[in-house]
Amino acid sequence: MTALLEMRGIVKCFGTLRANDGIDLDVQAGQILGLLGENGSGKSTLMKILFGMQRPDAGTIAFKGRELSDHSPRAAMAAGITMIHQHFMLIEAMTVVENVMLGWPEAGDILQTATMETRIREASQRFGLDLDPRARIASLPLGRRQRVEILKAILRETELLILDEPTSNLAPTEVADLLSILRRLKEEGKGIVFITHKLPEVLEVCDEVVVLRDGRVTGRAPVADVTRGQLAEMMVGRTISTTRAHQAPELGPVRLAARDLVSPGLEPLSFEIRGGEILGIAGVDGNGQIELVETLAGLRRMHGGSIHLDGQDITGASVARRVRAGMAYMPADRAATGLVRSMTVAENLMLRDSRKPPYSAHGVLQPGAGVAKAESLIASYDIRASGPSAIVSRLSGGNQQKIVVARELDRGPAVLIAHQAAWGLDPGATRFVLDRVIALRDAGAAVLYVSSELEEVMTISDRIAVMAGGGFAGVVPHDEADMRQIGLWMSGRAA
Amino acid sequence: MIDFLDAAIRIATPLLFAALGGILSERAGVFAVGLEGMMLAGAFAATVGAWASDSTAVGILLAAIGGGVIGVAVAVVTVRFRADNMVTGLAANILALGLTSYLVRILAGSGKLVSFHLTLLGPWPIPLLSDIPVVGPLLFDHPPLTYVAVLGCAAIAFFLGRTQAGLTLRATGENPEAVFASGANPFRVRMLAVIACGAIAGLGGAVLTLQQVGTFTDGMTGGRGYLALASLIVARWSPWGAVAACLLFGAAEAFELRLQSFGVPVSSYIIHMVPYLIALAVLAGIGRSSKMPAAIGRPLQQ
Repeated sequence: MTALLEMRGIVKCFGTLRANDGIDLDVQAGQILGLLGENGSGKSTLMKILFGMQRPDAGTIAFKGRELSDHSPRAAMAAGITMIHQHFMLIEAMTVVENVMLGWPEAGDILQTATMETRIREASQRFGLDLDPRARIASLPLGRRQRVEILKAILRETELLILDEPTSNLAPTEVADLLSILRRLKEEGKGIVFITHKLPEVLEVCDEVVVLRDGRVTGRAPVADVTRGQLAEMMVGRTISTTRAHQAPELGPVRLAARDLVSPGLEPLSFEIRGGEILGIAGVDGNGQIELVETLAGLRRMHGGSIHLDGQDITGASVARRVRAGMAYMPADRAATGLVRSMTVAENLMLRDSRKPPYSAHGVLQPGAGVAKAESLIASYDIRASGPSAIVSRLSGGNQQKIVVARELDRGPAVLIAHQAAWGLDPGATRFVLDRVIALRDAGAAVLYVSSELEEVMTISDRIAVMAGGGFAGVVPHDEADMRQIGLWMSGRAA
Repeated sequence: MIDFLDAAIRIATPLLFAALGGILSERAGVFAVGLEGMMLAGAFAATVGAWASDSTAVGILLAAIGGGVIGVAVAVVTVRFRADNMVTGLAANILALGLTSYLVRILAGSGKLVSFHLTLLGPWPIPLLSDIPVVGPLLFDHPPLTYVAVLGCAAIAFFLGRTQAGLTLRATGENPEAVFASGANPFRVRMLAVIACGAIAGLGGAVLTLQQVGTFTDGMTGGRGYLALASLIVARWSPWGAVAACLLFGAAEAFELRLQSFGVPVSSYIIHMVPYLIALAVLAGIGRSSKMPAAIGRPLQQ
């Protein structure tokens, strides 16, 4: 039996970096293949080559027995390959049916909207997508939007579906729905490539798994034959401790107290965090997390309630006063809020404290001191940059995030508000950030750790709160946490 | 009263052409700040064409080409070279003003004429319908370009809502990356939309010269392009909404003319500000609309 897709000896170099170094990959019809690897392991390069977005330096691709070379994304689509990106290619202001019809010849030059709506209802029924053709994309939760992408692929009779990190941002119930949809597609004989770094999902839905590291295949096995630990080891080439540095030394006094916080998108919300404690906030994105952290950080006006830091009332305080009071903030949107990307690493590292020594003396910047300080932070936080004067926008996302982490943690804050602090980092770098945050807690700081990655929250938190619909659906100490209950809280009131 | 409404329709007609063109441009994601210049170029080209050939049809055709030329300039600079929409549009307006004023003087200097005198397009009453009392003279007794404006509105509404090309155009204004991923070329879509915008706004200029004034004078559009821009925003980028918005502004100006003819003891300059004050008030009332194309003004990548 010939495979649906055969990639042989794919090589792709960027300068001296061998992003793909002789990769073989086979996908059969009716098979779900997990493609596993850390950031920078070569997964996305390989898929870009398959999809015709980049040319390989060597190697061949055969799809349905026909060779694909020098092809454009359009040719790949015409051949029956669809790629569903992490960022959906949907038009939010339009309806499901309009998104399906866009660029699809079968919809007709004069749009056959009614016919298309019927076809969407049929396909939606058959694959359990539960989509209303007239719903506007903007009104759909992320899980449904993803199904619109899958629907597009189904209607266009795709034979190979590539899903790039499809479960980030989905609630547990949505993930379960997605996996069952993928099983239906498999039964219909489609080939599926499931790109991820989340091991449990691979084990649950995939038939076979291929692990990439440093541009090479480091593991290839039927899923039935491997354990989670083995996969993790193939992925990073070393054993990662998954144990939690739990149990803070001593709980100190209350350092951050929020009482009846009200702002648009937030229900009245109260909580306290003690010194030496991490309160983790789980939940699907868009349930009030950004409103909460920005209100605490002083970026949003609040309509009611109070915030105290170490007993000091900072309810209406400016950002600068909060910073002086000992607050540190790692925003989720590092590109816009956390960094000035057109400036250098050293300048970004001094962003918060540029008025204070060593960065300034008598109100005048001391560039030498900034550079020296930057060099030490670059070394201790393992920021991969050519030096303090490197422009931030040229660094990879993970290294940009490390700049934010270094800047905020190095200040030795009393309270840390961290929002998606490990977003876009590979498991090794994530571990590094989590360890640093835990070290800060052990030094007596209060930490609010907000993330949509449930596993991260579970790893790091002393207490776990779940946000849904702008409020806390539940709060539970780590040791009493029950995953089923947390899943219910997450999906219960989630949009 | 009928006179007043008739004046409102008359004043709204050139605005409607420009607003419809602007809707195409903005829904494809390019701010239509250059409408004023496109109208002016159209008005000039229509005058020269009709005068030189003695044919109104040639004048109308040239108006579309004249506006289209400004459209090409704006399209190349904003889409191909990704320049700022606002600055480019304003530059196009100033360019059109300077260029048309200069060209008028060249033609005048050739000794052939001092000023243009064109035969105005007269009303074309529609048989039977125009005989209906009240409604007939009001709606079915207009010069031809007024009917064209309404038919054009229907055509553009159908194009945007019911055709693949229109869907692609709207998608380009919302999320050009998705259009690219769907296999179309957002650069091409925006270029064509802006050029079409120029041609249609040029017809608005032709309405002024061929149907209403009968000659060309420097800067004769007098801010109508900006008023059209305001009306397409008030209309929330919908073609039929543009009809209503243009009639609103038309009525405001008709009211202003009334006030002047009644000899109200207020400076005519103040009264002349009325439509623009109404535009400001309506725009402030609407605020930033969620109907605004999401990717408007954002240059294309790659």
